Amino acid sequence: MADTAIAHDHDSDHGAHVTSTGLSNTKLGMWMFLGSECLLFGGLISTYMLYKGRVNSGPQPDQIFDIPFTSVSSFVLLMSSLTMVLAVSAAQRKDDRNTNLWLTITALLGATFVGGQVYEFTAFYREGLGFTTSLFGSSFYTLTGFHGVHVSVGIIMLMALVGMISRNRVPGNKAESVEMVGLYWHFVDIVWIVIFTLVYLIPS
Amino acid sequence: MSTATDHSATAEHSSEHTEEHHGASDKQYIVIALILAALTAIEVSTYYVDFGPLFMPTLFVLMTVKFVVVVSYFMHLKFDNKLFSYLFYSGLILALTVYIGALSTFKFFLQKG
Repeated sequence: MADTAIAHDHDSDHGAHVTSTGLSNTKLGMWMFLGSECLLFGGLISTYMLYKGRVNSGPQPDQIFDIPFTSVSSFVLLMSSLTMVLAVSAAQRKDDRNTNLWLTITALLGATFVGGQVYEFTAFYREGLGFTTSLFGSSFYTLTGFHGVHVSVGIIMLMALVGMISRNRVPGNKAESVEMVGLYWHFVDIVWIVIFTLVYLIPS
Repeated sequence: MSTATDHSATAEHSSEHTEEHHGASDKQYIVIALILAALTAIEVSTYYVDFGPLFMPTLFVLMTVKFVVVVSYFMHLKFDNKLFSYLFYSGLILALTVYIGALSTFKFFLQKG
């Protein structure tokens, strides 16, 4: 019984709970959510693939895509995955200072990516590609817009986490909270890996 | 008493799982990121260099490798419990099956061929 009490005290220190699987339910839930997100983005990517050649008016994909610019954006998002994993690593070492530093850098890199996307959308609109110009335009803006919203939500989550860690107000296991935000962030990155290849690099 | 012991063991296992520093070291993460950056550079080079019939296979292989590396190492699936892998990859495989099937009904692949 004493062992049980000690184990429970130890658990409450780190926010872990006894589960039937021995695994964190939070983490299970997050992976299930990410699995379902594959279906969301799969639908959006498939719709784009189907409609990218349907251009009755307005510019064609290869007429407006700026591959060097998008390549830099992709590189920025890829590097944000590195800074995110370094934040998770620092959180597991209980190094709050470096956790916050890497989380902030990740958020800044994410903001750079979103800024690039806003610039890209503005440039495309000026070149005559509106949301309703063609099926290509509609499916392109829907797909990349949904991804941009996901990145923006990720930035909000990162900044909220930085604020909560600074005030020591993270409920439960701090390292696990950072890891959950990290999983979401990496997912956003892998979705972009697919979008960058299928949308930008493969011509219509 | 044995139940209490089992309970304690499970709790300790759960605690260890969340507390442990699983995955690669920071240096290894940096090396992995550099590899990913190099793969991205090769991807981008397909826009400038004519890869001929290898163009599409090269892009698909690079995309898949980058995807798997990020999921396995940065998302720790390689080091975590297999149940997480089953959850994620079942969603991914379901999505691939459903949408490849859906695109086939629109004769998408025949048009490309």
